[in-house]
Amino acid sequence: MNLTLKVWRQKHANDRGTIETYDAKNIPGEASFLEMLDIVNEQIVQSGGEPIHFDHDCREGICGMCSLTINGVPHSKEKGITTCQVHMRKFKDGDTIWIEPFRGKAFPVVRDLVVDRSAFDRIVSAGGYISVRTGSAEDANSLPIPKDSADSSFDAAACIGCGACVAACKNASAMLFVGAKAAHLNLLPQGQPEKDKRVLAMVRQMDSEGFGNCTNHYECEAVCPKQISADVISKLNRDYAVASTKEAFK
Amino acid sequence: MAANGSQKETFNSSIPDGPIAEKWTNHKNNSKLINPANKRKYSIIVVGSGLAGGAAAATLSELGYQVKCFCYQDSPRRAHSIAAQGGINAAKNYQNDGDSVHRLFYDTVKGGDFRSREANVHRLAEVSGNIIDQCVAQGVPFAREYGGLLDNRSFGGAQVSRTFYARGQTGQQLLIGAYQALSKEVARGGVEMHARTEMMDLVVVDGHAKGIIVRDMVTGEISRHAADTVVLATGGYGNVFFLSTNAMGCNVMAAYRAHKKGAYMANPCFTQIHPTCIPVSGDYQSKLTLMSESLRNDGRIWVPKSVEDAAAIRSGDKTAADIPDEDRDYYLERKYPSFGNLAPRDISSRSAKEVCDEGRGVASTGLGVFLDFRDAIDRLGEDTIRARYGNLFQMYEKIQGTNPYKEPMMIYPAVHYTMGGLWVDYNLMSNLPGLHVLGEANFSDHGANRLGASALMQGLADGYFVIPATLPNYLADQVPGSVTTENEAFDEAEKAVTDRIDKLLSIQGERTVDSFHRELGLLVWDKCGMSRDKAGLEEALEKIPKIREEFWENVKIPGTGESLNAELEKAGRVADFLEFGELMCRDALNREESCGGHFREEYQFTEKDDAVISGYTNPGEAKRRDEEFSYVAAWEYTGDDSPPNLHKEELIFENVKQSVRSYK
Amino acid sequence: MNALTKAINLFWQSSIGKKLIVAITGAVLVGFLVAHVGGNMLIFAGREAMNDYAYFLHHFLHGAGIWIFRGILVVAFVLHIVATIALTKQNRAAKVENYENEATNVASKSSRMMIWSGLTVLAFVVFHIFHFTVRVDPELAGMKEPSGRHDVWGMVIVGFQKPLVVLFYFVGISLLCSHLSHGIASIFQTLGWRSRKSSEAINKLGLALSVVLWLGFLSIPLAASVVGFGTDEMEMPVTDVADVAEENR
Repeated sequence: MNLTLKVWRQKHANDRGTIETYDAKNIPGEASFLEMLDIVNEQIVQSGGEPIHFDHDCREGICGMCSLTINGVPHSKEKGITTCQVHMRKFKDGDTIWIEPFRGKAFPVVRDLVVDRSAFDRIVSAGGYISVRTGSAEDANSLPIPKDSADSSFDAAACIGCGACVAACKNASAMLFVGAKAAHLNLLPQGQPEKDKRVLAMVRQMDSEGFGNCTNHYECEAVCPKQISADVISKLNRDYAVASTKEAFK
Repeated sequence: MAANGSQKETFNSSIPDGPIAEKWTNHKNNSKLINPANKRKYSIIVVGSGLAGGAAAATLSELGYQVKCFCYQDSPRRAHSIAAQGGINAAKNYQNDGDSVHRLFYDTVKGGDFRSREANVHRLAEVSGNIIDQCVAQGVPFAREYGGLLDNRSFGGAQVSRTFYARGQTGQQLLIGAYQALSKEVARGGVEMHARTEMMDLVVVDGHAKGIIVRDMVTGEISRHAADTVVLATGGYGNVFFLSTNAMGCNVMAAYRAHKKGAYMANPCFTQIHPTCIPVSGDYQSKLTLMSESLRNDGRIWVPKSVEDAAAIRSGDKTAADIPDEDRDYYLERKYPSFGNLAPRDISSRSAKEVCDEGRGVASTGLGVFLDFRDAIDRLGEDTIRARYGNLFQMYEKIQGTNPYKEPMMIYPAVHYTMGGLWVDYNLMSNLPGLHVLGEANFSDHGANRLGASALMQGLADGYFVIPATLPNYLADQVPGSVTTENEAFDEAEKAVTDRIDKLLSIQGERTVDSFHRELGLLVWDKCGMSRDKAGLEEALEKIPKIREEFWENVKIPGTGESLNAELEKAGRVADFLEFGELMCRDALNREESCGGHFREEYQFTEKDDAVISGYTNPGEAKRRDEEFSYVAAWEYTGDDSPPNLHKEELIFENVKQSVRSYK
Repeated sequence: MNALTKAINLFWQSSIGKKLIVAITGAVLVGFLVAHVGGNMLIFAGREAMNDYAYFLHHFLHGAGIWIFRGILVVAFVLHIVATIALTKQNRAAKVENYENEATNVASKSSRMMIWSGLTVLAFVVFHIFHFTVRVDPELAGMKEPSGRHDVWGMVIVGFQKPLVVLFYFVGISLLCSHLSHGIASIFQTLGWRSRKSSEAINKLGLALSVVLWLGFLSIPLAASVVGFGTDEMEMPVTDVADVAEENR
C-alpha cells in the first residue's frame, strides 16, 4: 500500500520543529508500524537525508520505549497495544497518517519523535520502591498474600512506563503512571510500612516535574497499552488524602 | 587464518576446594572482606541495567560502594530482561514434589549438555531460593494460590514444578523489582545513573580494567569514567543474526571491546534457538516475536506428511483443515513419544528445521510449522484455552492477523539466547583482572543449552548474591581511587573511540548500516544457525571478512556525531558484530561435536551407534565427543590480522555423570 | 502550629490537594443545589407554602442560620473557583505544545469545557444573586404579601416575565448541569470512592442527578414565562407566548 506520512521533525531540543510530509510506498500489510518507518528511513538515508528518529527497543510491547502519537492518539487507536505492535494492515491504501511525539512539558522532545521521559525515573526514585536490603528478606512463603491482593497488585504493576497516559491527557497528567506504581506497592503487605511516605513523596515529585492534574477524563485509561484502570488514580487520591491528613495532625 | 590450537590448560578458575555442596559456603568464608568504612572509598562501574546489572548496582550501592551505572536505553527499566515471559526457577520445593538444590543443579548441568562448570551451576542452585525471598520482599507480585502462598508451574527439561511466575511477564516484574531497588539507591546517592549512554571502550591500566569510555547518545559527547573495578552486564549477542527475539538495541559492543582489550571470549558458538516464534514474513522484518513455550503444553506441532500437501498450503490451495489426521505428521510426538511436544528447545527447533528442509514447511516462505489447538479445544473447550492462553492468542492475532482459535498458529524457531560469552572464573572475574562479567554476558552457567526459566535465575543470582560476595576478593588488593581519568590509558582509549566514530562518519558510501547487518545475519543464520557443518562454516569465515571490508568502505551514515544519531549507533554495533560473527563461526568450526545448541551435521547418531541400537536414542540426535571436547573454548584476541588464540579450560565432572542426553 | 500550617500549605501546593478541595467544595455545592431545587418546588405548592419556607430560611436560629449557611457556601464557592483556576493554569502550563492532529477517545464534551461552563455559571450566579437575593430591580424588591412579609413567590413569577432573563437562566442552568454531569462523578473519583465496578453506577448517578436538577430548576422560569403559571394570581397580563400555549391546552 502507499501512504502519506505527516511526521514531526525537530533537529534538537531547542529547535522549533515542524510537520513534514513523506511518501511511504509499497508498504506490506504484514509490516509493523515501526517496520514501515524503517522502510521509509532506509529510503531517506539512501537519498541523502537524515532518518526520522524514534524510540524503540524490544518491539514486542513490553519495554515501553516506543512512543508515537499516531493520528492524535498515543500508540494509535487500537486498544491495549504499543506502537510497535500496530500493524499496517490496520491502515488503508492512500491513508494519511500523522505521527507526532508524546507531548507534555515534562516530556521534552530530544529529537524528532524521541522524548525525554526521565521524569518518570525521578518519580520512582522518590518513593516507588520497598526498602529491603538484599539478603535481609525472610522466606518467601512466610507471609501469605491473598490471591486477590496479589492479582490487583499485578494489574497495576503491569505498567511499562511508556508515558502514553501523559501523552493522551490534555493536562499531561502522570496520575495513571504514579497511581499504578503506588497501587502496585500499596496493595501488598510488604508495601505498608512506607505507604504514606511513598504516596506523599511520589506525588510531590510528580508535581515538581511539571505534570498537570487529573481532571478525570480517562483518556489515559483508554490509551494505556496495558489497560491499567483509572481505579489506581482513585486509590492514589484516597491514599494521598489519608497520608496528608496524618502528616498534618500526627 | 587458522586457529592456533593449544592443549587443555589448567586455568585458574578459582574453584574452591571441598565437596560441591560446600564449595560456595567455604568460598564465602574464605573470601576477603572490606570494612564498611572503607567500602565507600571504592568506586565500581556497572555497565548494563538488566536483571544482572540492575541487581548488582543496587546491591553494591547498599553495601556502601560508590556505583556508576550505565545503560543505552532511556531508562534502566527497559533492559531486555523485561521481555522474559515464562518464569524463574528456584529449588524451594514448595510443591513437596522432591525438588532439591541437587536436582536443580543436576537438571541444569544435564540440560546444558555437560558443557558447564559444575561448581558455578551448584552455586546457582543454592542461591536460587534466596532470589525468590528477595523478590517477594521487594513487592514482585508472583502468582499465588488461594491460600495466599506462591504458585509454581513446570517447565521444559524438569520433572518437578519449580518455576515461579508472574503471569506471562515474569521478566518484567523481576526487572521492575531490581529497577526499583536501583532507583532507591539512586535517590540515596549511592548510584549515579547514566541512561542513554553507550560504552564505547574498556580502559585497561597496567593490565587491570579500570574504566570505560562512553558516548552520551543525546549530545554525542565522549567522556571518561574511572573506577576500581568494572562490571559488565551487557547481555547476549543474539543480534549477530540480525533477526532474533532480542531487542533492537541488544549488542555485543561492550563485551567485544573488552575481548579486544584482553578478555577471553568463551564458547561463542553456543546459541539458543527458541522453537516457538512467529515465522519471518518478509525482508522488511526487523525482529522476531517469541510465543511462550507454555503453548506447547496443549498445542500439537505438525506438518503435512507429503511435500505436495505442504506446497498446496503454501500456495493457498489448501488450508490446515483440509489435511486429514492420517496425512499429518506430528513429528515431535512421533520421534519423542515420552516428551512429545515438550521436548527441549534445541531438539524441538532442530526438528522443525528438518521437516522444513524436506519441503514440508507451511508458511508462505516455506519456513514454518503448525502449532495446532484443535484437539485441545475439542477436549477442553474454547473457554479453557482462552483462560490459559488468551493473551498469547491475542498477541498472535495482532501480529499475524489470523484467528488461532479457528486456524492453527504457524511457528518457526528463532535465535533467542546466547550461552557463550566472556570467560569468567568462579568469582565472575574475567582473565583480565578487574573486569567482572555477569548474566547473559558471561559464559558460565548454561553450558551448551539453557533450560527455560533459568536465565532470570542466573541474572539475579549473579547480581544480588554472587558478585557482592566475590568482588572484595579483587578489590581488597586494590588501592581505592588509584587510577584516575588523567591516566594516559584514558587518552589513548578516548582517541581510539573518536577516531573510530570519525572514520565511520567519513566513509559516506552507498549502503545503509542495516543492509550490512542483514547480510551478515542471513549468512550466519544459514551457516552457523540451527545446524552447522565444516564446509558451511569455512564458507562463512571466508565471506564475513569481505562483508566487513565492504562495510568499512561503503557504509553510509548520515548526520554528525554531535547529536542523537541512530545510524551511527547501529554502525558501531554492526562493526563489532562483523568481527564477532567471525569468532563465532571459528568457534563452531573448532568444536567438532554436537552438543546443545551447537549441532554439527557431521556429528550425529546413526543406526550403527550402540545407543541407537539399544533404543536409548534416535538416529540424527546430537552426538557429543566428551573425550576431545569436554572443555570451555576461551578465545584470546591477538590482533586484527592474526588468528585468535584458543585456550581450553577442561571441564571436570565429579558429581554428574556425562551421559547421552535422551528425552525419548 | 507551624508544622500544621506547613502541612496545609503542602496540601494546597499539591495537585491532589487542590483537587480534593475542588471535590469537597463541589460536593457541598451539589448538596446546596439539591436543597435549592427542593425548596424551589414549593413554588408549585403555591404562594403560602413558598413564602413560609422563605420566611423560615430567614429566621431560623434567630436569623443567624442563613448567614452561617451563606458563609459556608461562599467559602466553598470561592475555594472551588480559586482551586480550579489554579489547576487550570497549571494544566495549561503542563501541555505547552499540543498535537497538530488532535483526537479524543472517551472524554465527553462536558468534561472538556469544565472551566468555561464553570466560569459562565459564575457569571450566572452573580446575576442570579443580584436578581433574586439582593433584588436590584425595585419592582421585585418592593413586592410584599398583605401580611407585610416579602412575597418571594410573586417575585419569582414576575421576575421570569422578561424573555431575556429566561433565556439567560436557560443557558446558565444548562451549563451548570453540563458541569455537574462530569463534576458529580468526578467527586467520587477524586475522593477515592470510584472503582471499575462502581464506575458505571456513579456515572449514571451523576448524569441522572444533573438531569433532575436541570428539569427542576428550569421548570420554574419555563412555567412562569411560557405556560403562564401563577400569572392569573398575580393579575398580570400574560405574554403572547403564554397565550398560544393556553390555546393549545
